[in-house]
Amino acid sequence: MKLLKLVPDNTNIKFLKVRVPFFVVSLALILGSWAAVAVKGLNFGVDFAGGQEVRLTFTERAAAPIPELRALVGGLGYGEPVVQEFGAPNQVSIRVRLPEKAEDTPGAATAIGDRVIAAITAKYPDARKDGNDTVSGKVAGEFRTSALLALLAAMAAVSLYIWVRFEWQFGVGAMFALVHDVSLTLGLFAVTQMEFSLQIVAAVLAIIGYSLNDTIVVYDRIRENLKKYRKMPLNELLDLSVNETLARTVMTSLTLFVALIPLLIFGPPSLFGMVAAITFGLFVGTYSSIYMAGPLLIWMGVTSDSFVPRETALDRQEKIARGEA
Amino acid sequence: MLEFPLWKKISLWALTLAAAALALPSLAKVAGLPWPAGLPGPEVNLGLDLAGGSHLLLEAKADDVRAQRLTNMEETVRQLMRGAKPRIRIGDVSTADGKLSFMLENAADIDRARGLIEPVMQGQTSTREWDLSVVDGQRIVLTPTEAGLAQAIDDAMASATEVVRRRIDELGTREPTIIRQGSTRIVVQVPGLQDPEALKNLLGQTAQLEFRLVDLNALPENVQAGIAPPGSEIFPYAPGTPQEGRFEAVRRLGGIRGDSLTGAQAGVDPQTNQNIVNITFDAQGGAKFAKLTTENVGKPFAIILDGKVLSAPVINEPIIGGRAQISGNFTPESANNLAIALRSGALPVPLHVVEERTVGPDLGADSIRKGLIAMAIGSLAVIALMIASYGRFGVYATIALVFNVLMLLGLMALGNFTLTLPGIAGFVITIGAAVDANVLINERIREERKRGRKVVSAVETGYKEASRAIWDANLTNFIAGVALFAFGSGPVKGFAVVLVLGLFTSVFTGVTLTRMWVAGWLRRARPTDLVI
Repeated sequence: MKLLKLVPDNTNIKFLKVRVPFFVVSLALILGSWAAVAVKGLNFGVDFAGGQEVRLTFTERAAAPIPELRALVGGLGYGEPVVQEFGAPNQVSIRVRLPEKAEDTPGAATAIGDRVIAAITAKYPDARKDGNDTVSGKVAGEFRTSALLALLAAMAAVSLYIWVRFEWQFGVGAMFALVHDVSLTLGLFAVTQMEFSLQIVAAVLAIIGYSLNDTIVVYDRIRENLKKYRKMPLNELLDLSVNETLARTVMTSLTLFVALIPLLIFGPPSLFGMVAAITFGLFVGTYSSIYMAGPLLIWMGVTSDSFVPRETALDRQEKIARGEA
Repeated sequence: MLEFPLWKKISLWALTLAAAALALPSLAKVAGLPWPAGLPGPEVNLGLDLAGGSHLLLEAKADDVRAQRLTNMEETVRQLMRGAKPRIRIGDVSTADGKLSFMLENAADIDRARGLIEPVMQGQTSTREWDLSVVDGQRIVLTPTEAGLAQAIDDAMASATEVVRRRIDELGTREPTIIRQGSTRIVVQVPGLQDPEALKNLLGQTAQLEFRLVDLNALPENVQAGIAPPGSEIFPYAPGTPQEGRFEAVRRLGGIRGDSLTGAQAGVDPQTNQNIVNITFDAQGGAKFAKLTTENVGKPFAIILDGKVLSAPVINEPIIGGRAQISGNFTPESANNLAIALRSGALPVPLHVVEERTVGPDLGADSIRKGLIAMAIGSLAVIALMIASYGRFGVYATIALVFNVLMLLGLMALGNFTLTLPGIAGFVITIGAAVDANVLINERIREERKRGRKVVSAVETGYKEASRAIWDANLTNFIAGVALFAFGSGPVKGFAVVLVLGLFTSVFTGVTLTRMWVAGWLRRARPTDLVI
């Protein structure tokens, strides 16, 4: 039986030869993402902006009367609502922002939500309420704070772990890779103006986990090779490590990808944003492990002395096998 | 590494099968098959976003508790001073700035006044609840302590949670979850509840019922202008009453609180055909009520609910039996709601809905179906890819994957965890990531074979060398998962649960189980070459 080999044997791509231009591009993308977030802002859903979102199905219509709904809800005096198709043509989600000062009035958001739903069901009796989310300004503010804290805490904690397990240069490298991934994901949401909700923060945390997974696999091989080939120039050693783990990187990314794509296409519409974020993160996470995490090690001067030279029995065996001892 | 003594094999298999068996009741439920009643059947909870239902986050304002305490303290102090022998006369009572301050008419009473107040400043616990200070030798200022306030909020929330539970039970909804969260919040989750309107109305009602004498000396024009005479307070009439928009002045003190009720029933007044609520006082409340009505025959008293006057009937005769009826332009529903609220007791503090999420059951069922289809397709694609790439080793990885999903489901059922919509995404990611362990191992075995190691040595080295990266990667993922869990609310927490539990099951199935199977095969077949 001939088995599938995604990466041919003895692949030797000079990844790090082009590290400077790629690194510049990566930095540009990070800064661009920040600029996009600063200029266009994130399209916060009710979780973070407060307000209310109702999802309706019009059971006796092929398509939801979106312009009419916009006029109807807009006429209630809560500002311009966001009305968009959600999943199917006869399904919509309608979002109304909280008015100013509603931050201090608990219960204001719920009251608005009730009025919006009442107005719609009065005019369209076939509108079936599939769900609604109402979040007060105060709770939304807490979600924003705790989301930011969770992201920062997760990034700091995992970088710290890598520092302890490897060396400080590796921790910094991993941290940069994570900043890259998180920034680009936020940038994607700023550019596309997809709704940014609690689920997306969960997705970003999953991306942090995955991206790190990837970085660790490469780092682990670098560490192993640093011990093994003391004399090899660092950039060659990094290239060797990346190439040796390339088959695994491609295979794992591909399996995750084929698991995610059905969820993106056939999955429930309310998961779309989250799955899209994770799929995007899969690519940037893999990329950053090679082009952010690697070159930084060169510039921060990792050497084989970074690791206490410990010759294990296996290393010894290896040397004997190679005729070096 | 490849040594698996019999006892180890048996215990590994027992663990795997036991955990996987725990998933069966949940699977039977999804498939619509009956589960034998005699067998224990732990099931995975479905989150509200999958099962449909309502989630409400209720919040009390600390300011309300603060104000309530001041009023209570004022009443206590007035009673103490009035009851002192000889009576201590006080004046210029103020509750401004969150402090209770009052003037003694005779400065010589200061030590007696202190002596009377000191004991009530200490709560039932060892916490000091108030600080007392004397200004200019004649004015006493009582300031609530932070610890005392925290204690009061805690007590108020504990009893509010109880009241909320009783009210929801009255609605007859199944399996509600009612949990206190933080210092001033209560989470209420009611699966299957379509329309939380009734629930919100019920919980939005503080149901503090008061009977207070109308101040007949108040000038009507002053009352309507909102100016209260000394010793009185102004309350508006409740919406829906004939007097809506008008105000009533009532005496501040000497009223009766409706927290001493033993029963409340909605009914219809046979004479007027109006919806009413019949209430029954307990012995003590009944006696107080009898006293109030006996002493004030011919005078009007106001029935006040949550700061709004329902009606102000004239007391025609003393009401002795401890029964009374409340009228106030009720609909049958609102009379019933009020009866429930009164029966279950007043909320010690008003609660506001600060977050509400409702999912219809159709949407939930649709989400489950779509999620399962996506999961099935994804799993098949992953399996195809694994077997095509690693042959026999891919088959082992696939079987491990199946056990992984079953064990994960079983552990969730055992731990009574909740599966949410993001949790389904978590399952898919776990499936994708779980094969990573096998990919790492298999790629390493390939590499070691290429370097010329013998079969057994290649497999052994593959597992050993890959384990280090697997360990590090899973531990960091675990750290990220904990951050996720700590941050998560509701659905997101469901994602974190799947991700974190999935780390354990995937390392166990992907590394330990496959190693046992590979070792068994190597022993039996003694291959000289590997197709990998």
